[in-house]
Amino acid sequence: MSTVAERLYLRRRIVNGVALVLSGAAAVFGLIMLGWILWTTISKGAAALGPQLFTTATAPPGEPGGLANAIVGTLTICLSAVAWATPLGILAGTYLAEYANYTKRGELIRFVNDILLSAPSIVLGLFIYTLIVRPMEQFSMFAGVLALGFIVLPVVVRTTDEMLRMVPTQMREAALSLGVPQWKVTTQVLYRAALSGITTGVLLGLARISGETAPLIFTNTNNQYWNFSPLQPMSNLPMTIYEYAKSPFEDWQQLAWAGALLITVFVLLVSVIARLLLLKNKQSHD
Amino acid sequence: MNAEADRELRLIAVAKRAQGDQRMDFFFRSLTASAAWFVLITLVGAMLVMFDGGREALVEQGSKFITTDYWDPANLIFHGLAPIVGTLLTSLIALLIAVPISFGIAVFLTEVAPAWLRTPIATAIELLAGIPSIIYGMWGLFVLVPWLGEYVYPWLIDELGTWPVIGPWFQGIPIGIGLLTAGFVLAVMVIPFISSIMREVFLTVPGRLKESAYALGSTRWEVVWDIVLPYTRTAVIGGVFLGLGRALGETMAVTFVIGNANRLGTLLEPGSSISATIANEFAEAFADEHRSALLGLGFLLFVVSFIVLSIAKLMLKGMSRWEGKR
Repeated sequence: MSTVAERLYLRRRIVNGVALVLSGAAAVFGLIMLGWILWTTISKGAAALGPQLFTTATAPPGEPGGLANAIVGTLTICLSAVAWATPLGILAGTYLAEYANYTKRGELIRFVNDILLSAPSIVLGLFIYTLIVRPMEQFSMFAGVLALGFIVLPVVVRTTDEMLRMVPTQMREAALSLGVPQWKVTTQVLYRAALSGITTGVLLGLARISGETAPLIFTNTNNQYWNFSPLQPMSNLPMTIYEYAKSPFEDWQQLAWAGALLITVFVLLVSVIARLLLLKNKQSHD
Repeated sequence: MNAEADRELRLIAVAKRAQGDQRMDFFFRSLTASAAWFVLITLVGAMLVMFDGGREALVEQGSKFITTDYWDPANLIFHGLAPIVGTLLTSLIALLIAVPISFGIAVFLTEVAPAWLRTPIATAIELLAGIPSIIYGMWGLFVLVPWLGEYVYPWLIDELGTWPVIGPWFQGIPIGIGLLTAGFVLAVMVIPFISSIMREVFLTVPGRLKESAYALGSTRWEVVWDIVLPYTRTAVIGGVFLGLGRALGETMAVTFVIGNANRLGTLLEPGSSISATIANEFAEAFADEHRSALLGLGFLLFVVSFIVLSIAKLMLKGMSRWEGKR
């Protein structure tokens, strides 16, 4: 016969054991999901990989086609979006960290920026549609670049803000005491100290938009031909994947998987580089 | 005489330079300030512009827009109850699945796993967050849907379909497409967000508190449940709300697996959500009423996301305050 205390102890140990095993199972679930999704993308995408992917433009079903115009288009659109959002984001982040830190308006803008950071991307697409596309009566690469830039912007604002605040105050004081004006302190001392951190933010922004599809549906749409005019739709990978994956044609679906593989590899590569940069930045500050 | 003039000139140069610096300082400050206000204006502007775009549906229909289930593009009648309910239901299912699993992952990574295993697993889970949502959609449609339709849905219909109360939610033809599938895909997508926040806040619990509990003979689970969780409650709820904010507006993954049928049905039948309806019908919405209804839905989605994310922000703010005190 066991005493009450012993039975209680046994019960507590069983509860503990079950809970810890379940927590391990949760972690395994997450890893399985990651492995499953990556495996699906790699195995289905690799089957359609080949040089024709990069050399031929998209073609009607049944004809041999590639994704060349979509790949070039996606790179153009994403880099343009990063190009306009980065300087603006760095300036806004500078204001938050250097001029409005610990102020009410700084807190307000930081709050709004964080909301924008997590806001549904589809909403930003609709916003640009009503603002630009409807008045111009034309879907265009320009509108797509605007919409995607608004996704990069809050990422850059936030990282710039955080990275500048991580720069030790002594650095500012040392520079100011030499008689350097504040704008020069910011642009020539602080930016240099925070450079790798800010670059991380820009890369994270790029990783976020390179697979982004929803905003493009309302702004840029897609183009099955080559186009280099910013006032016309430009072909791009996410929209092509979306259209091809929904199509009933086997060869189009295969191309969709190949495109999916390209985007996934690109996104994971960029995030890993961003992570390594961040690690380096942390070490240099420690 | 010469030295005097020289000094004068130098003084003037210094004064000029100071003036120039001052002007540049002012200019640079204004430049950064306008960039920062631009961020604020974007959010407010986006809301106003979308309200204007959806005014026809929102104002003229009034509450009917969100309380009536009737979406008929052919006859230009647009009442949005079905997509609204779809969004809420899929997000709810996502949270029901994602919250316990994220909690488990966070506990595993902070209390259970050996130290060398923590960083690699945490990194792997966070990689899930980086995968573009369209990839989730394709995986959902081509891999998950056939699998669920073959093995899981028939079982659910046989087992749960006959239960009282919840039974009617689990009936239908097992094709694997529907709100439940969408909810599951959403769950996988928000797990990395929720679990990484939980893990971060669990790490802020002072070691002294946990050690005191261990010294009194608590098991690990008791330390997690009675010490760590109460200490971090607000921030944990904040993390859950952040995940909810993500799930509400997720578009591409949902569009692929939800079926895009704009009517209320069971969890196992094709349904729709706000974002999926907008993404799916926008290209074919030529009538003003249709576009206006879609923009109106988008506006509602924006407002709800804004509220949910604000709550998340406010609750997570408590966390940084605690951190400051330590």
